[in-house]
Amino acid sequence: MAAVQDGQVESDAEKETKPDASNDVAGNSSGGARSMSPNAASSASGAAKAAAPTGPGEQQTLLAVLQFLKRSKLLESVDILRREAGLSDELDESQTNDGAAAGSASLLRRVSVGGAAATNIAATTTSKGAEDQPDVSIVLSAYSQQGDPALYQVYYSGLKNFIESVLDCHRAELSQLFYPLFVHMYLELVYNNHEHEAKVFFEKFSGDQECYYRDDLRVLSGLTKKEHMKGNETLLDFRTSKFVLRISRDSYQLLKRHLQERQNNQIWLIIQEHLYIDIFDGMPRSKSQIDSMSGSLAGEARREANKAKVYYGLLKEPEIEVPLDDEDDEAENEEGKPKKKKPKKDNLGSKNKKQDPNAPQQNRIPLPELKDSDKLDKIMSMKEATKKIRLGPDTLPSICFYTFLNAYQGLTSVDVTDDSSLIAGGFADSTVRVWSVTPKKLRKVKSAADLNLIDKEADDVLERIMDEKTASESKILYGHSGPVYGISFSPDRNYLLSSSEDGTVRLWSLQTFTCLVGYKGHNYPVWDTQFSPYGYYFVSGGHDRIARLWATDHYQPLRMFAGHLADITCTHFHPNSNYVATGSADRTVRLWDVLNGNCVRIFSGHKGPIHSLAFSPNGKYVASGATDGRVLLWDIGHGLMIGELKGHTDTVYALKFSRDGEILASGSMDGTVRLWDALKAFDVETDDFTAATGHIHLPDNSQELLLGTYMTKSTPVIHLHFTRRNLLLAAGGYNSQ
Amino acid sequence: MAEREERRFAEVSRDSVKLMAESAGVEVGDEVAALLAEDVCYRLREAAQNSSQFMRHAKRRKLTVEDFNRALRWSNVEAVCGYGAQDALPFRPAKEGELFFVEDRDVNLVNLALATNIPNGCAETMVRVHVSYLDGKGNLEPQGTVPSAVQSLSEDLLKYYQQITRAILGEDPHLMKVRLIISTCRLAELLRFDTLLCFQVALLDLQTNSKIAALLPYFVYVISGVKSVSHDLEQLNRLLHMVKSLVQNPYLYLGSYVRSLVSSVMYCILEPLAASINPLNDHWTLRDYAALLLSHIFWTHGDLVSGLYHQILLSLQKVLSDPVRPLCSHYGAVVGLHALGWKAVERVLYPHLPAYWANLQAVLDDYSVSNAQVKADGHKVYGAILVAVERLLKMKALSLSKPAEGGVGGQQGTAGGVLGFRESSPGLSPPPEPLSEAGLGIASHLQAGGAGCPWEDWTPVPLPAMYCELYSFFGDSLAVRFSTGPELEGCLPALPCQPADARKETVANAAAGLDNSRKMPQLTANLNISPRPDGSPHTEPPPPSLAATIPGRPFARSSSSSSSVQRRSSSSRPGQRSAGPSRDVFPKARFPPPQAGPPSFSFLIGGRQMGRRCQGRRFQTSFGPQPPLASLPPRAYAHKLPVIGRVSKPVRRWTCSHYSLHLPL
Repeated sequence: MAAVQDGQVESDAEKETKPDASNDVAGNSSGGARSMSPNAASSASGAAKAAAPTGPGEQQTLLAVLQFLKRSKLLESVDILRREAGLSDELDESQTNDGAAAGSASLLRRVSVGGAAATNIAATTTSKGAEDQPDVSIVLSAYSQQGDPALYQVYYSGLKNFIESVLDCHRAELSQLFYPLFVHMYLELVYNNHEHEAKVFFEKFSGDQECYYRDDLRVLSGLTKKEHMKGNETLLDFRTSKFVLRISRDSYQLLKRHLQERQNNQIWLIIQEHLYIDIFDGMPRSKSQIDSMSGSLAGEARREANKAKVYYGLLKEPEIEVPLDDEDDEAENEEGKPKKKKPKKDNLGSKNKKQDPNAPQQNRIPLPELKDSDKLDKIMSMKEATKKIRLGPDTLPSICFYTFLNAYQGLTSVDVTDDSSLIAGGFADSTVRVWSVTPKKLRKVKSAADLNLIDKEADDVLERIMDEKTASESKILYGHSGPVYGISFSPDRNYLLSSSEDGTVRLWSLQTFTCLVGYKGHNYPVWDTQFSPYGYYFVSGGHDRIARLWATDHYQPLRMFAGHLADITCTHFHPNSNYVATGSADRTVRLWDVLNGNCVRIFSGHKGPIHSLAFSPNGKYVASGATDGRVLLWDIGHGLMIGELKGHTDTVYALKFSRDGEILASGSMDGTVRLWDALKAFDVETDDFTAATGHIHLPDNSQELLLGTYMTKSTPVIHLHFTRRNLLLAAGGYNSQ
Repeated sequence: MAEREERRFAEVSRDSVKLMAESAGVEVGDEVAALLAEDVCYRLREAAQNSSQFMRHAKRRKLTVEDFNRALRWSNVEAVCGYGAQDALPFRPAKEGELFFVEDRDVNLVNLALATNIPNGCAETMVRVHVSYLDGKGNLEPQGTVPSAVQSLSEDLLKYYQQITRAILGEDPHLMKVRLIISTCRLAELLRFDTLLCFQVALLDLQTNSKIAALLPYFVYVISGVKSVSHDLEQLNRLLHMVKSLVQNPYLYLGSYVRSLVSSVMYCILEPLAASINPLNDHWTLRDYAALLLSHIFWTHGDLVSGLYHQILLSLQKVLSDPVRPLCSHYGAVVGLHALGWKAVERVLYPHLPAYWANLQAVLDDYSVSNAQVKADGHKVYGAILVAVERLLKMKALSLSKPAEGGVGGQQGTAGGVLGFRESSPGLSPPPEPLSEAGLGIASHLQAGGAGCPWEDWTPVPLPAMYCELYSFFGDSLAVRFSTGPELEGCLPALPCQPADARKETVANAAAGLDNSRKMPQLTANLNISPRPDGSPHTEPPPPSLAATIPGRPFARSSSSSSSVQRRSSSSRPGQRSAGPSRDVFPKARFPPPQAGPPSFSFLIGGRQMGRRCQGRRFQTSFGPQPPLASLPPRAYAHKLPVIGRVSKPVRRWTCSHYSLHLPL
């Protein structure tokens, strides 16, 4: 039966796709060329991505874009584009009249290989005008090519049979094709209004897909109409980005040969159009290797995306040795034992003085100057640091759990100041509440009228400006009009940031307990925000998929980091403040360079939306936790996944490294805090080959790395914090329901 | 859509869309409806997926209406209002057809507004340290949940409650259990100072505190713990006092808790308590006190619960008519009826008496040693019945005489037929103690037509008939009590004195009263010839302690006050009277003929309860005028009467004993 069918298919396919054969070869070779010599420039520009990177082709694309812009009366943009692209007016003019239709047609021909339908498509694209995302409508329109819907199943099962029959070593790699092919074929069917066939197709093959695509498949199965495709964000993500697969050269050759033999053009077209096959030389990867890296919405990260150099080293601590020593000496003199600590201090200082080779330049991004109070605080923290406990597998930290009681409003976020003196909670009723954890009460600064009465020369003027009458254990900050999903204290404890569903980020003063600024830029819920470790800058990310970098004194963002394919769910600053990490619902973590706004790392491997991030104190590693309950560890320098910590049974909402980075603590919705041996987890051999290819073989050693599991009283853990002395503070809201 | 076998999603059917369209006044074709239905499904799924994001970011597991509304709002759809409550909405199927609907119950605002448990405001949001692990070591077991963050009582009230219960109950483990269930709080240190003082202070406070409304249910619950301490008279007593305090607190609105209190009190009255197994325990007093309390509750709060009176009567009647019940239960029923007033006695006890009498007599006639205890109990019951019927007769007569008193008074006085019934004491009657009445005949017991008839169709029995019948049971011991001399002395020919609790009286059938008034003289012929000698009553003044322990009851000056039904008081005066001359005196029912001139008779009936420790309750009663002997039927059954003391001697001695007889038991 299968043989007979195959025969039919072959003959059909032959007739049908003969005219495209030449195209196939061309596309094939160009794909190969691309993969062999990755072109950084091509990946940099979004518009160029879609087009083949050939000289005249590029020009034609640009011309097409110009046409479009002109038609839309975006004259300034036309000028800018013309200037940047170096296109002369004459060329433009000369091509305008005769080349308008041809230009767009040629562009679309390349985008959508179906040459026959080109004019058709041109009509649709131009008429639709591609309001928001020209890319999208073009790509969607690519589905308008007419294949026989009845044969899709045959194509797919033919490929399936082939992949299942190849050698084991190739099978795992080629199996990666299943999911993207399946999705695209299904969407093609839907797009071309073959509703029934689409349904049958889905039911027949959805069971074959990897379980971690379950969520996406559910979305997909709900989609049965062409009209629905337009508004569906998940699908737009799928369309706008090529699904990236990493396949060894051998496997790729095998696949190509098969498809050419069978003349299986439909599949080949999809591969050409919607997939990006990243070919590497060497051993094919094993199933587990592949599984650990896949799962993201758009496949794995391209290798070249992670090639950029990242200065992950820490910045040199500013010249606080002098005041530190002075202070310390004074303090020690008072205590009467000055001698012992001095040599130690010197050591510490000298270590600090050495420039980390991986560190960025001190002034790579301008940092705020230290104020006197900041220096005092630094000194305090250094002093505290000398008293901290050195943690390790044998000396685990003490854990203290702060329970938010009677949080009927719904606790949505928590933050603790670096010195652990304040704790703040963001609530679903739009309030932010700040508590003092120490006996020191929270006080407001006096009103302006009262401040005038103060003797400004007095020594204790800082004390006098505080209004004793307002002293209380906690303060409530009103201002947001939606749940507060993210809060962050400034390092100097003078400010508090909060991001809310209402689309704003607010800056609050902890001196007056009033709102200072509302940063409006995100037009959708802002899921997370965080201050830079040096203050002044902060980052926010939300439903609009764009992370923004702000400075507290600018009402507009300084940088916008665009690239995620779904909501940005958490944001985190690198300890050296030069990079920002964002976790997203597209199941990737991205690292962005604050200086130029580039995405310098894409980490794929999570199987669910990422809800927590943590940098190791030395800046080398980042840990991420997701709804799948796993914690993944990444080496920033090499752009590799280096560890997987399995144990949690629910979303990991909090991650934190101990002050020295020996212990990683993770807190989860399942009501546990787990401690992991971070040193051991990072101690993974990375030889040159792995570093080059990124094919790490992860040992499954979660149980060895797990140092302890600590239950809370039925309370989800949503924040973790190590005090300066390495006491672990956890926090969560008790919910009796 | 419909043909798909496995439904992945909630789907809106074509019909639903059509229905909706119709309700909006739009006609929709099949095709359109199908398309719309499909689109609606899709949009719903989309919204659900979007809303789950809000749930995840709120760090919850439960998708709320709020989340859904947010998702709708961000996709520019109007939010669905009115479903924001945190509780799950019950979703029910209709019986007919596949129709499901959200149950939306009415909220009774009146109940909410009048609820006694004032809801506490939301407790303040706070941060507390709840779990700590030192050096990473600690209990790895599940930690349970955070203890309920909101107390249902405020701190002050809880403390008050604890103090009060401790003061009243002491540290009884059984009741403590009850307490612990309620308060879930550990007991603090015991109070070290005088517990009795505590007790009194606590009771006083319960009576006067105006802020304990919220605690009422708790106290009522504590009181319902009587069943767990039926072995401990002391605790029962304390609980009853607690009831009394609560009932007397003018700031408390008992509401339906009355029922609960009444049932607790009834338990004390009627149940064969564990404490009554030991004859040394004076559970009789407890029953008397509980009966008084019952009447108090009833008279002051009876209007709160409809039908309470009838319920009480029913349960009392049930106990009375159950021969299996121990005598102490019967006793309780009788005193209970008595406490509820003469009407209750008339309606329940009186019709029941003939039937019950046989049982009682059987007990009393058994002289075997083994029966001694039961017989003693029987005497108690006998006494209680006697007291009750006496009061019944008096009240009845009074209610009859009342309408006539204005005009007939003088006439009656001169005619020597004045009806001078009155209570010998507020407690109405002497204790139901051994009445050694020799000449007790039941001449006309057959004429007791009303006996045994159910009280529902109860009809008033005319006084004479009642008297006759009762006389047939009790003989002279009944008649003897009709009046006491002391009050009559000043008003010799005068109007009948108003009993202290005349307020309870209602004028009986006026017609009957007029009818009967003609016969009165016959009954009471010799009452008017009994001017009051102040002999024995004053020789036996009640001890002051007694008077003090009968609060709230008018204290009659006559010596007979000591014979109040309030047995509790009698138990508190042990031994005091043992040396008194009135010891073991039995009433004599032989009277001089009516025409014997105007000597004043004053009989003191005093006595001591049999079968108790020698300090049992004593009783005494004084009586002056005697019912006419002439009208009495021959005492054919005299030998059958309960023999308490010698039968014949008193008769003889009475003649020479100068009207004041002290008969030794």
